[in-house]
Amino acid sequence: MELLLVFIIGLLYGAGVYMILRRSLVKLIIGLILMGNGANLLIFLLGRIVKGNPPLINSDANILGEIYADPIPQALILTAIVISFGLQSFAIILVKRAYKVVGTDDLDEMNATDEDL
Amino acid sequence: MNTVIFKSASTYLLPLLLLFSVFILLRGHYLPGGGFVGGLIASIAFIIHSAANGLEQTRSILKFHPGVLLLAGLTVALFSGISPMFIGEPFMKGLWFENPVPVIGMIGSALFFDIGVYLVVVGVTLTIIFTITETI
Amino acid sequence: MLIAVLSGFILALSLVITGKWIKGKGAPLVGLFPLALFGYFVSFFPAIMKGESLTFTYEWIPSLGVNLSFHLDGLSLLFCLLITGIGALVFFYTAPYLKEHIYLDRFFGYLSMFMGSMLGLVLSDNIITLFVFWELTSISSFFLIGFNNESEESRRSAMMALSMTGIGGLFLLASMIVLGTVGGSYEISTLLGSADMIKEHENYLWIIGLLFIGAFTKSAQFPFHFWLPDAMKAPTPVSTYLHSATMVKAGIYLLARFTPMLGETVYWNGTLIIIGSITMVYAAIHAVFRLDLKGILAYSTISALGILVFLIGLGTDQALLAAAVFILVHALYKATLFLITGIIDHETGTRDVSKLSGLNKVMLPVGIAGILAAISNAGIPPSFGFVGKDLIYEATLGFETLIWVLSGVALLTNICLMYAGFQAGIKPFTGQLPKAYEKVHLPSPLMWVPPLLLGSLGMVFGLMPFLIDKSLIQAVVNAMIRGGALDVELKLWHGFNLVLLLSGITLAAGFLLYYFLKPSALLEAKTNRWEKLSPKSLTKGLGGIFSGISKLWTGFFQNGYLRYYLIFALTFLTFILAYKLFKETELYINFNDLTGITFYEVAAMVIIAFAVLFTVLTKSRLAAVASLGVVGYSICLVFLFYSAPDLAMTQFSIDTLTVILFVLVIYNLPKYLKLSNQISRVRDGIMSVIFGALISILTLEVLNEPVLKETSQFYAENAYTLAKGKNVVNVILVDFRGTDTFVEITVLAIAALGVYSLLKLQLKSTEKE
Repeated sequence: MELLLVFIIGLLYGAGVYMILRRSLVKLIIGLILMGNGANLLIFLLGRIVKGNPPLINSDANILGEIYADPIPQALILTAIVISFGLQSFAIILVKRAYKVVGTDDLDEMNATDEDL
Repeated sequence: MNTVIFKSASTYLLPLLLLFSVFILLRGHYLPGGGFVGGLIASIAFIIHSAANGLEQTRSILKFHPGVLLLAGLTVALFSGISPMFIGEPFMKGLWFENPVPVIGMIGSALFFDIGVYLVVVGVTLTIIFTITETI
Repeated sequence: MLIAVLSGFILALSLVITGKWIKGKGAPLVGLFPLALFGYFVSFFPAIMKGESLTFTYEWIPSLGVNLSFHLDGLSLLFCLLITGIGALVFFYTAPYLKEHIYLDRFFGYLSMFMGSMLGLVLSDNIITLFVFWELTSISSFFLIGFNNESEESRRSAMMALSMTGIGGLFLLASMIVLGTVGGSYEISTLLGSADMIKEHENYLWIIGLLFIGAFTKSAQFPFHFWLPDAMKAPTPVSTYLHSATMVKAGIYLLARFTPMLGETVYWNGTLIIIGSITMVYAAIHAVFRLDLKGILAYSTISALGILVFLIGLGTDQALLAAAVFILVHALYKATLFLITGIIDHETGTRDVSKLSGLNKVMLPVGIAGILAAISNAGIPPSFGFVGKDLIYEATLGFETLIWVLSGVALLTNICLMYAGFQAGIKPFTGQLPKAYEKVHLPSPLMWVPPLLLGSLGMVFGLMPFLIDKSLIQAVVNAMIRGGALDVELKLWHGFNLVLLLSGITLAAGFLLYYFLKPSALLEAKTNRWEKLSPKSLTKGLGGIFSGISKLWTGFFQNGYLRYYLIFALTFLTFILAYKLFKETELYINFNDLTGITFYEVAAMVIIAFAVLFTVLTKSRLAAVASLGVVGYSICLVFLFYSAPDLAMTQFSIDTLTVILFVLVIYNLPKYLKLSNQISRVRDGIMSVIFGALISILTLEVLNEPVLKETSQFYAENAYTLAKGKNVVNVILVDFRGTDTFVEITVLAIAALGVYSLLKLQLKSTEKE
């Protein structure tokens, strides 16, 4: 199963890189999201995957059982997901505004810095 | 999406989803859930409502600008963080009331912190989505 | 003591509030502040006189061994008195000089910042703090030189001074770090104890080499001297204060301070003697041919600094005594000359020495000050300068070897310097008063009293050397000598001997030179012809080549196209990853460790794969966003399969929101256009395939490494016992790592505010249209 995940992670990263190399701003953001997902899965996988044992303590116990999914990567990813939402929304709005002001979403036409934005 | 069914459904969905989000928030310490998810569910509830009834309707239900939630959330979280300092404990040290409360379980500073997170998430999401809807 | 050092910075800060008042009525009163500091340092006289030294330590960064430790001995005291004393006079002088200048408050701010840094520099016992203050003086000097920020030339000079002294400062830092590592301490007082060990260490040459570059750039020694004449673009009070009396002496201070620790080796003494003599002769000859008063003074200052380096290089007790006296002598007469130059410039509007004469008819007190300074500069008895010059000749005559070469060099320098001093101090005040200057009048007393005071001090100390020999000079010299206990007695009259003969020759030759050689533009032009070969032009040429290369380099890498930046970064990353992976690791997969596969999982993975490909390849934005949503939901399934319910829930709701967001915004964006051509698509495709593959391989490699479970173990065991929660992920978020989460929600709040303000701003600008 890990092998499949490894493949998916590579795919997400590759697709993300391809997208951020495009000239369109929207594609750039899509690329960022894809890479973000890839990174989340990467962290998740590196904490080792465990089936059917979430990091919840049984109602009659005080500590986690013998086998449990690692809670640290989960906490990290949870934070990452929420933060990346903030980042994405900011980026999307930036794109929208840039498009309105410059009149294009072609990155190559956004080179000049001196234009009155 | 201005169908009658969607409109009337959303009117009932809003309180239901909000209740659900609070439930998710409160059980977060023991079972899957917590401030982040709870907050997101609450904001989705509001967004569904605004999609069906228009932004103005939702605003009038909410009564105030979502930015207020942002501020309130940060304040609650910060306060729960510094409250231990009043009794000479370090920042963010967990404080708990002695006896558990039915349904919620133990009440402590961590719970208030989670409530703060919940409020901030709702505030952030709604601020973003509302501003965008407004300016389009 | 800490407050004394920091007060300069505090004053500079307070000008933000009090600036208005300072600019107007308060200006003459600012000088009281350095005056108070002067009084404070004078109060240490009795202790220093007894040969004591005082130490004050405040911890700053204890983990790095950086302390704010201050050490006050004779050497520091002399500098502190110069800094605050001349500082006070300059402050008073500035008030009328820059009267009603719009940035007068700023000027005082920079000056007091400089004063604070300079005090810190000479008082620091810790070599890292010393470096910090050293750089602070460079920075404040940058602001002061570039004070007339509307003139391009003054900006350029400021840049040049900053780059020279700043680069020198970096060398100093390197030297200090090596020294600290070798000596095992960053405190000068401790390092002094291990002087022998340092001198025998293999890195000794590095230490002094780097130290020399630092000191030479700061003190304008050949071949780094050229920034100083350029720095004369600064207002005259700055030239007086920084570029003759204090800052340029920081390099001298440094050499003097480290003499007992690093001195008395062939390398130390040899280098200093050679560089010092080249500088003093080279600059003195230059000074003779200048027409601009400030130019004359700049070169004669460089020359005087050369003399000091030379004397420290000689390193005998006699020479060090001469250096100690000469520091004071030079500060007194050179500051005077600078100040009167400022007055002349201020009142007549010119600094061309060939045009100035007879000014004593209109500004007599200034003339007296000038003549007093010129006398002290020339070393005519009974001035303090005479004492100083005698000591210099005594030092060269008392050296072990090459007595006549050294004395000859000193003689030549002194003759030229005397000529330069006469040009600056006497020439403008004697002879016929040109008609154009008949209406020139005496400026405010705040301007002419300081030079007169300094000029007279040069005479007072000459007539009564007992005022300072035992009390100050002795302590200064002993701070420069290892375990020094020299008894100093200064005398004006030494009887008829070789020294007196040399002094006589100097005076006679100086007078003859002054009588016969008249300043003219022709001569100056002749010396300027050699400019092409001067270190300044060479450095400029080198700088030109550098900036040309950097332009090409920047143009290539920073071409303004985002994707090329990305390509460069990614290619680099790909290469080092690939190199590391193929060079040092063996790829294998441990099939025993893998978890099993079920149909649902495979299905989810296949969906992700297809959705990703569809996102990349589709030509419709809406389809791309939709399939992005599919990717997110499928990842949510993956989280669900592998025991992460919290993640699944969060991913689900976030994904919903992202799609809503995209759909809301995307209506207003243009359709996808086919922007890139086939070739770049193929190129990017290859890059991304390689990058993705490398990430996969990397992941496989990491999976082979064992996992450290200690931290997780801690959370697993303590989540309930310590934090009373059973959902460990949630407990980590809200309790164990609560502070992180708090910062995170703050970031979120900032993102929301950013979105809000971006859109509201947009509204406003469209309203304008």
